[in-house]
Amino acid sequence: MMTRFLPLAGFVLLAILLGVGLKIADKKTEIPSPLIGRPVPDFNLPELDNAERVLGPMDFRGKPYLINFWASWCVTCIYEHPYITDLARSGRLRVVGLNFRDEPEDARDWLAQHGNPYDVVITDYDGRVSINFGVYAAPESFLIAPDGEVVYKQIGALTPDVIEEVILPMVLEMEQNKS
Amino acid sequence: MKWLSFTVLSVLLCWATAGTAQIEVNQEPLVFENAEQEARFNQLTLELRCLVCQNQNLADSDAPLAHDLREEIHGMMMAGKDDDEIKTFLVERYGDFVLYKPPVKGNTLVLWVAPIALLLIGAIVVGVVVRRQAQLPSPGVEGSDQ
Repeated sequence: MMTRFLPLAGFVLLAILLGVGLKIADKKTEIPSPLIGRPVPDFNLPELDNAERVLGPMDFRGKPYLINFWASWCVTCIYEHPYITDLARSGRLRVVGLNFRDEPEDARDWLAQHGNPYDVVITDYDGRVSINFGVYAAPESFLIAPDGEVVYKQIGALTPDVIEEVILPMVLEMEQNKS
Repeated sequence: MKWLSFTVLSVLLCWATAGTAQIEVNQEPLVFENAEQEARFNQLTLELRCLVCQNQNLADSDAPLAHDLREEIHGMMMAGKDDDEIKTFLVERYGDFVLYKPPVKGNTLVLWVAPIALLLIGAIVVGVVVRRQAQLPSPGVEGSDQ
């Protein structure tokens, strides 16, 4: 009885492990951010088109917003660009473009070529702020609550699925909590 | 040779994923106050994971982010921070994943306990099998009855 049962149990265990492994295979390189539930890291970054104007978290308080880390050298940013554009046009939340580790001319050319979906673009030339956000890929996006709390991080491109099923419901919840 | 081609390949892969048109990373070698500090830096970057090429440590990786993080760590060392403070700085931003040796916590418990548990299970199975074998009459002796 036992000798028959043991190999079967072993097999089932291995099958479950394999199933789990396959299911999370495409998520394996995604590292959960320790920033979720914490205040947005402080930053003071100049605007791309007006370096005199420096913006920080206090300038965005009071409404939900999305910080989208992008760069002209980032290939996947082109993929998510139409979805970011739709999201920004929907007017449901502000979309802040955070251009990092990029030459300003390259960034401007990129926006001229593909269109500028952002409400505002700020620049993190040396990437110091991106380190404080724990950014290790491009693009990455952070959803910030009106009180400045980081509520969600997307590693890699935003897709219509993520926008419809994660971002917008969270924004809706914030709006309802407010009223 | 195999090792060499592997290294070349992984460097190329990292390079490709990191892109080529980023701002130039600082290629100047880092300067240390003394050999002891340099040894500490080398040891520390060996224990930290490069997040872009996730199977490389910070010491070996040529990804731009690894460059930046090495500079950041170097700067913190110069400012007199100890290893724990530097690790905390990185864990607060990138999570436990940045450490090759994760701390024993609720969500890493499986990682620490599983090898010991598996070893124990193996030992028990071997013990049971050996004991059972010992109880059986030896098949070679049976019937021969010298």
